[in-house]
Amino acid sequence: MADLRTNFLGIRSPNPFWLASAPPTDREVNVTRAFKAGWGGVVWKTLGSEGPPVVNVNGPRYGAIHGADRRLLGFNNIELITDRPLQVNLQEIKAVKKAFPDRAMVVSLMVPCDEESWKAILAAVEETECDGVELNFGCPHGMSERGMGSAVGQVPEYIEMVARWCKQHTRMPVIVKLTPNITDIRHPARAAKRGGADAVSLINTISSIVSVDLDRMAPTPTIDGKGSHGGYCGPAVKPIALNMTAEIARDPETHGMPISGIGGVTTWRDAAEFIALGCGTVQVCTAAMTYGFKIIDEMTAGLSNWMDEKGYATLDDFRGLATPNVTDWQYLNLNYVTKAVIDQDLCIKCGRCHIACEDTSHQAIANMVDGRRMFVVKDEECVGCNLCVEVCPVQNCITMQPMAAGSVDPRTGRVVQPGYSNWTTHPNNPMAQVAAE
Amino acid sequence: MSANRSTAGIASGRLSTAEYTANFGDLHAPLDRHEAHVEADRCYFCFDAPCQTACPTSIDIPLFIRQIQTDNPMGSAETILKANIFGGMCARVCPTETLCEEACVRNEAEGKPVKIGLLQRYSTDALLDRGHQPFRRAPATGKRIAVVGAGPAGLSCAHKLAEHGHEVTVFEIRPRLGGLNEYGIASYKAPDDFAQREVAFILSLGGITVETNKRLGQDFDLASLRADFDAVFLGVGLSGVNQLGLVGEGELGGVLDAVDWIATLRQTPDKSKLPVGRRVVVIGGGMTAVDAAVQAKRLGAEEVTIVYRRGQDAMKASLYEQQLAQTNGVLIRTWATPAELTGDAGQVTGVTFERTAEVAGKLAGTGERFTLPADMVLCAVGQLLTPGDLGGADALALSGGRIVVDDERRTSVPGIWAGGDCVAGGQDLTVSAVEDGKQAGLSINRALMGAVATAGAAHAAE
Ligand SMILES: Cc1cc2nc3c(=O)[nH]c(=O)nc-3n(C[C@H](O)[C@H](O)[C@H](O)COP(=O)(O)OP(=O)(O)OC[C@H]3O[C@@H](n4cnc5c(N)ncnc54)[C@H](O)[C@@H]3O)c2cc1C
Ligand SMILES: Cc1cc2nc3c(=O)[nH]c(=O)nc-3n(C[C@H](O)[C@H](O)[C@H](O)COP(=O)(O)O)c2cc1C
Ligand code: SF4
Ligand code: SF4
Ligand code: SF4
Repeated sequence: MADLRTNFLGIRSPNPFWLASAPPTDREVNVTRAFKAGWGGVVWKTLGSEGPPVVNVNGPRYGAIHGADRRLLGFNNIELITDRPLQVNLQEIKAVKKAFPDRAMVVSLMVPCDEESWKAILAAVEETECDGVELNFGCPHGMSERGMGSAVGQVPEYIEMVARWCKQHTRMPVIVKLTPNITDIRHPARAAKRGGADAVSLINTISSIVSVDLDRMAPTPTIDGKGSHGGYCGPAVKPIALNMTAEIARDPETHGMPISGIGGVTTWRDAAEFIALGCGTVQVCTAAMTYGFKIIDEMTAGLSNWMDEKGYATLDDFRGLATPNVTDWQYLNLNYVTKAVIDQDLCIKCGRCHIACEDTSHQAIANMVDGRRMFVVKDEECVGCNLCVEVCPVQNCITMQPMAAGSVDPRTGRVVQPGYSNWTTHPNNPMAQVAAE
Repeated sequence: MSANRSTAGIASGRLSTAEYTANFGDLHAPLDRHEAHVEADRCYFCFDAPCQTACPTSIDIPLFIRQIQTDNPMGSAETILKANIFGGMCARVCPTETLCEEACVRNEAEGKPVKIGLLQRYSTDALLDRGHQPFRRAPATGKRIAVVGAGPAGLSCAHKLAEHGHEVTVFEIRPRLGGLNEYGIASYKAPDDFAQREVAFILSLGGITVETNKRLGQDFDLASLRADFDAVFLGVGLSGVNQLGLVGEGELGGVLDAVDWIATLRQTPDKSKLPVGRRVVVIGGGMTAVDAAVQAKRLGAEEVTIVYRRGQDAMKASLYEQQLAQTNGVLIRTWATPAELTGDAGQVTGVTFERTAEVAGKLAGTGERFTLPADMVLCAVGQLLTPGDLGGADALALSGGRIVVDDERRTSVPGIWAGGDCVAGGQDLTVSAVEDGKQAGLSINRALMGAVATAGAAHAAE
């Protein structure tokens, strides 16, 4: 049995699965249920300053993209931070932490962008004896209109400033939660680091309109005829989150900074991928909101089974192993030549590979051989793009096979070169550095 | 009701009202919207789709399924009906297991084809329920065409011609339209008067005049049709039936032709009024035999046996149909041919069969006999064209007793087209009759419009 225990900034949890700051972590009853179900930790639903709490809309606040069988693929919300009084939340946080001392209890915060507000809330939160705070600089809707959330997260100078205040006014670890609604995620991450933050977590939700109701001619969810952009999350956003995670993990300025990975984590495999890119923990919101807390059983068992199979005893054994393999396009090996190969025994002859390649790529898949319906790759046309692999309905039916060095690529007529050679030295590159022989 | 399953002889009312309702309701429940969307999602939208090639009417199956997926059932139905105006009936009666669904690549993938038939029904039902008319007639051409027979072949031809702006007159012997859709197809395949609803939809296009109770060869002949119309289409089906050729046939009570018996069944709304034997023997191996046997069973017959003279794999009924018979409790016996009918007081009491075997590629009796007791014998040993109906049929070339046509469904006589069961070399399926009618309609249009049609096409291509 693999050891799933996690130590993130000194915050210990029995497994790396935390619930992200969101409705599942908004109240004592929910969090208690989560901990009983086996979740390793929570980031409590974002707290605001003392005073009258925010109000949510009273109409629908969620929207979604579904697959044909109503599988939830993408999720959207226009919910704000907690709409319950600060003192109630603080009391509950304290009570739950006391009841479950072995679980991670991080509290998410979002207050106006002035030092006094942050100082005040930090003092109040410390009283709960929670393990750390997460600064919500990510919420893209509602709160940002009030100069908080992503309105702060989009300005690296503000991130740095607030992170610094927080580090000054608390002894607790400070995690900065990043918004993906920015062009280059490295800038806010660097700012967080400069400000002294202990870690970053990402991603928060992506500004989105999930659909337009064509009868009401309004975005969904529709509230009395109008809609507002929301925040997108769930399985659909995982690729974006993985990329942003990798960008931060391999940026020389932030490399090694602890990361809590968030965005579309739905299964153990998603979690393993985030951890392989360097994350210390993962956070989950949509998957729990879709299926309930019981999914933790699949996540922990799946991760542990896979680790056993691979011989990884602890999470540290594979953490970050994929990071060095994320590189820039210009460093990819141009000597690596692949051709698509169709396994005729697996092929069901649907013809998707043919029409995709024929209409939109390189006319490299024949649909007839000796007058019979049969799909075969023409090596002399195939550029190895992988489109056919992705459109084929049968897994592993089409595979990309590398050509051996020394053989002749029938498409280019050139001999496949051994070794590594990339764009930076390619003769077609006007900026090419002359290869040092 | 006093009768029950084991009441001796021939009796009606063997079942409860609830049983009749269940037995003659839909064989397959239609898909609801969610089921249809999930099923449609299984379709791979194949290139040059094998299912489409396997469909005799070449319906663009990947397209209509995709239109279901995108919640456009009207567009989906239009895709279907453009290729097959009887798309609704075909969705119910096509032996999809030997047509589109057999060819579906999902068979190869996992042995489970996309449920094309049920999806086709989903869209066409939606269109019929909404009463949507997807077709518009081309400007009137002034051409007049006679169609003889209002079965799937005749009405498919009539619809195609009306669409092209011609005026069509359909002549039909029977009081109701639809041919075997109305008189032959098993009740549980098209309940709730579906055949009539579909015919009404087809006629709603306009341009089609119907004359029922009019028989070619009796009320008029081919010569007069050729004189009065610009073209003639024959879709008369097969109105005659083969005989067993046994002593007592036609005299003994309880020995019936299966097609006639099914026609009566179809035209009797209250199934409890239908008499059926306690022990029923069905002779034959085609779809008619299976339908007769299953419906006899569903009417409450205690024992129903199909007896076929060759092996099960030679039966024209598909494996699926055979299994349907078997799951309905019908016993299928093979390698036996009827030799003698026995009777008592003018009523049949049993059939004696001789066992058969294939000897040097030919079927031969082995001399060994057995007798099955029977109160009712249904003969389903094939239908025949009635040449007398063709009023001077000598003029039309026949082959194997059916009309010879070319690829365009032209007969040997200029100006006369034919299609459906009455032509040689067909599959004897609703869907092939529809295709014949469609192709004949297109051919007639080309023949009548000649230069005009070609010019129009050229213009459209510009
Ligand atoms: C019992 C039974 C079950 C079947 N089940 C299926 C099934 O499940 N699936 C399937 O695909 N196929 C089935 N078939 C076959 C299918 O019904 C036929 O292939 C199809 O109906 C042929 O169409 P048609 O238009 O050629 O002939 P028909 O449907 O027979 O129509 C011919 C029409 O012409 C009329 N007519 C005949 N002579 C004249 C005349 N002299 N003057 C005027 N009108 C005339 C007839 O009254 C009839 O209305 C079944 C057939 C039978 C008998
Ligand atoms: C309904 C809802 C409310 C959320 N509220 C907050 C919040 O108050 N504070 C916060 O930092 N993130 C909030 N989030 C963002 C999530 O914490 C998380 O970053 C995002 O949903 C991506 O993870 P997922 O794909 O697992 O859902 C919310 C998300 C949802 C769906
Ligand atoms: S999920 Fe619960 S609170 Fe939300 S709309 Fe449904 S019943 Fe109401
Ligand atoms: S997409 Fe795959 S299954 Fe379909 S024809 Fe191509 S190789 Fe065969
Ligand atoms: S063969 Fe099957 S999967 Fe392919 S288009 Fe036809 S129904 Fe769809």
